[in-house]
Amino acid sequence: MSKVAGIAVLLAGGLLAATLCFGAPASPSQIPSIFKPESTPADSIFRLSLLVLSITGLIFAVVFSLLVYSVVKYRRRGADDGREPPQVYGSNQVELAWTVIPVLIVLVLFLATARVIHSIQDARKPSGAIEVIAIGHQFWWEFRYPALGVVTANELHVPVSDPADSSPTFITLLSADTDHSFWVPRLAGKTDLIANRVNHTWIDPHETGLYLGQCAQYCGIQHAKMLLRVYVDSREQFDQWVEAERKPAVAGGTAEEGRRIFETTACVNCHAVSGTVANGRFGPDLTHLMSRDTIASGAAPNTPDNLRTWIQDPDSIKPGSLMPAMQLSEKDLDALTAYLETLR
Amino acid sequence: MSSETIALTTIGEAERPIGERLHDWVVTVDHKKLGILYIVYALVFLVVGGIEATILRIQLIVPHNHFVSPEVFNRMMTMHGTTMIFFVAMPILFGFGTYLIPLMIGARDMAFPRLNAFSFWMTAFGGLLLYFSFVGGNGLYGAGNAPDVGWWAYAPLTSRAFSVGHSTDFWTLALLVSGVGSIGTAVNFIATILCMRCPGMTLGKMPLLAWLNFVMGGMVILAVSPLTAAQIMLCIDRYLGGHFFDTQAGGSAVLWMHFFWIFGHPEVYVLIIPAFAFLSEIVPVFSRKPIFGYPVMVAATVCIGFVSLSVWAHHMFTVGMNSYANSFFTITTMAVGVPTGIKIFNWLGTMWGGKIQFRTPMLFCVGFLFQFLIAGLTGIMLGASPFNWQLSGSYFVVAHFHYVIVGGILFALFGAFYYWFPKMSGRMYNEVLGKWHFWLFLIGFHMTFDFMHIPGILGMPRRIYTYEPGRGWEIWNLIVTIGVVFQAAGVIVFVFNLLWSLFKGEPAGNDPWDAWTLEWSTTSPPPEYDFATLPVVKSRRPLWDLKHPEDPDWKYE
Amino acid sequence: MSSAAFIRNAAETEWILPSRGRVGMFSLIAAESAIFTIFVVAYIFYIGKSMSGPMPKDVLETPIFNTICLLSSSLTIHLAGRALHNARVNAFGLWWFITMVLGSIFLVGTGREWQRMIFEKGLTISTNLFGTTYYSLVGLHAFHVTVGLIGIVLAMIFTLLGKVEPAHSERVDVFSMYWHFVDAVWVVVFTVVYVIGR
Repeated sequence: MSKVAGIAVLLAGGLLAATLCFGAPASPSQIPSIFKPESTPADSIFRLSLLVLSITGLIFAVVFSLLVYSVVKYRRRGADDGREPPQVYGSNQVELAWTVIPVLIVLVLFLATARVIHSIQDARKPSGAIEVIAIGHQFWWEFRYPALGVVTANELHVPVSDPADSSPTFITLLSADTDHSFWVPRLAGKTDLIANRVNHTWIDPHETGLYLGQCAQYCGIQHAKMLLRVYVDSREQFDQWVEAERKPAVAGGTAEEGRRIFETTACVNCHAVSGTVANGRFGPDLTHLMSRDTIASGAAPNTPDNLRTWIQDPDSIKPGSLMPAMQLSEKDLDALTAYLETLR
Repeated sequence: MSSETIALTTIGEAERPIGERLHDWVVTVDHKKLGILYIVYALVFLVVGGIEATILRIQLIVPHNHFVSPEVFNRMMTMHGTTMIFFVAMPILFGFGTYLIPLMIGARDMAFPRLNAFSFWMTAFGGLLLYFSFVGGNGLYGAGNAPDVGWWAYAPLTSRAFSVGHSTDFWTLALLVSGVGSIGTAVNFIATILCMRCPGMTLGKMPLLAWLNFVMGGMVILAVSPLTAAQIMLCIDRYLGGHFFDTQAGGSAVLWMHFFWIFGHPEVYVLIIPAFAFLSEIVPVFSRKPIFGYPVMVAATVCIGFVSLSVWAHHMFTVGMNSYANSFFTITTMAVGVPTGIKIFNWLGTMWGGKIQFRTPMLFCVGFLFQFLIAGLTGIMLGASPFNWQLSGSYFVVAHFHYVIVGGILFALFGAFYYWFPKMSGRMYNEVLGKWHFWLFLIGFHMTFDFMHIPGILGMPRRIYTYEPGRGWEIWNLIVTIGVVFQAAGVIVFVFNLLWSLFKGEPAGNDPWDAWTLEWSTTSPPPEYDFATLPVVKSRRPLWDLKHPEDPDWKYE
Repeated sequence: MSSAAFIRNAAETEWILPSRGRVGMFSLIAAESAIFTIFVVAYIFYIGKSMSGPMPKDVLETPIFNTICLLSSSLTIHLAGRALHNARVNAFGLWWFITMVLGSIFLVGTGREWQRMIFEKGLTISTNLFGTTYYSLVGLHAFHVTVGLIGIVLAMIFTLLGKVEPAHSERVDVFSMYWHFVDAVWVVVFTVVYVIGR
């Protein structure tokens, strides 16, 4: 009896978990659940998953019940006479039945799955699509919009895609070093970024908002903090963003000292600021650093304090990242931070 | 029969000095001693791997935790996986096979006893080599420690550029060495099962444990070899300037993935098939019926063996293969679920109409049945390629494979421990402690691995040393970590039970379970030569025939 | 004890099982074949993908003589085995010696070819993808030839010491299986490297 009770408790726990999982608490967009799709690829996957879960759920219910039944009904009772039960060696009909039925189930599942594979992977790029090239680095994301002349990092902006007038974003995935994986659960399944290989993925978000994700293929020590933020903007907001991003950096003004420090120390080896001599490609492009909400690929919010700390002691924010501690004096650090603050 | 087994008695003999007895163990080629050596070795590493897992879980109990640094976490993550697969699961299953196969087929030892010993010591050395990396990983560059590249060691992360020092080399070489040991054992299993069966034991009359280990042996030979080849290629890349996986020189990172998973997928079937073997021996005895559908069980296993060689790229669905390749691997992955499901049904059929006794071995087997069902179904979910694009690389996958390995294989192993401990040691374990072990471990297992599916669904990737708050992952990680406490408690009870029973347990006698296969016809423990006279059998259950001369099996088979 | 299930005397029909040595060697050959398959797959995958450096047609010279020697050694080892089986120990020794010589010629020939390729043509294992896959595959095979040759030399020594008898025929057959396997692998390697991949 206690066995049945134990099983019932587990079932209840499972149901509770499922409810918690599907029922969203406050600020749902911050929970990157695969069951809350907002884009066609994620949505196709979600609908396929419902079919798969129903079928496997049914199989589970049937076999589970049979197991519970057999364990309860055929247990040896206290008043047992000690004789062996009938020795049954098998049954060809039963074996046939429980072979044929699973084969049919597999066939149905496969056909449904193959359709979704094809619809996602072989989707043709419409003429209104936004093209992005994503390059995975240890441990940040480089985003280039070749047709729009935009280069940015870590925070991807895309326009919302109205089903009537679709403007999906097609992303080409490359890697500068090890393998990474682009995963924003509410927008699409993940696709890897693999060195010496070109991969593709696409999203067409239906709702504006911020969608969270992160790298999903172990790429080294700071794999955990290679976070992703996808900002789905309205068409107007997106166009404004593109306009701003295309402009070169604002001329110095009050931050000339910081700019001098930036351009004469090692910063320019890795970073680029368009419109200046800084042309490094190893690290993120900083031209519009202040337009981003976070730094270090999401490892810290983009505040002056954090920026300062990042330059002085990156290991306190993201230990093992490839940003070196710049060993600047306090005065230089302040000036440099002030300069970076002007890169809107 | 047992009266014909001239029992080796030690009454009246002086106790031999401890040095001599230890020396015996070191130089032994006796399959029983080697089996026990494998099992004890694996148990030690089970505890070590468990400690590594505990460290991981403590670090993940809350977001932005500082229990260990990312370096240490990544090493623990790599070592936990590598240890559990290569130095716990494989040795312990080889150990049970080495111990039981000769006894169950009526032979006196394995086909190649010295190869048996060599294989064990190679595996043992491999484990020590891997753990030496903690001190020796430093190398000439002053960098490197234990390997931290994940147990799959994807290229190009393992190249010299991204993996400094010798940590990756310890990974590669330890697995190369133990791989040689694995292949040696597999060769031994195959030769023993084909060439050493007692008279009358045709292939259709041997116990399912023998059949399943035979298939497992074949799979080791076909699957571990590709890993060996890939390791050699990696060594060539790292030390001879080769370019097999050097993406800067046109090499392919995906090629490593193919080679690794051509090993990696059959490997998990190598692990589960002996667990199936335990079920196939234990469930009939405690249901008091023969296994339902013996020929189908054999056919299904052989089928699994073959089909499992064709599914490997379901570990690579996110790599960007084209839609035809993804479809192919989807159908093969789902197809392998069919023979696997058939086996569950056959065990169900064995219990059906029986008189089930819930002694500890059977409790663990029942646990296996429920849990393996779930694990198989989450496997089908993962086999649907687009669903996999969401679930792969997340905690859903981690939950799935731990469900198979812990909920399936480890439960079956615990069942096997309790079932054969009396035979191996001559003493009964304590049944009350056994049940405590079962329930503690069951609760802990479900707390950890049921709820672990949820963070995966909510977008939490695997192999991360910390995670962001506010994504809905915190409560689940907390519950998952707490489950570890119960599992640890269960394992402690288990170890205590084993040790206590070894010295204080009741004498077990030859056949405490009233079972039907040949190992129960010898004394407990068996004499060094196993059988005084080799048995001659007429059916799959020779002891049933003996105990029921009026109604022997060979009339019905 | 009832003897219903256990017949003390020999079973009615003879109980014959395969020989351990042959099954063991066959299993080992299966494992080795799997290893070679992976190296062959890598070789084929990387054909034409080298980004620089000498290409196959620039450096490869088809080793016809070496191949004839190695493949003939399969014949001679077979003849040796037959001789021993028929208790003609001296004939065995002679064929065994020829096998040893033919195997050695193959190894020396491979060594000389490599010397030419490394020092005259500048192709090493680290030069490009072709170099890596070529030296690994052919080298792995040469390693297996070497191991086989060590075994052959040992057996030659035993023969010269007069220790080999017709009773050892089965062991010689099992060893020959390994040698035939090595030759079969060479057929595959030769075809892939010198015919297809050129």
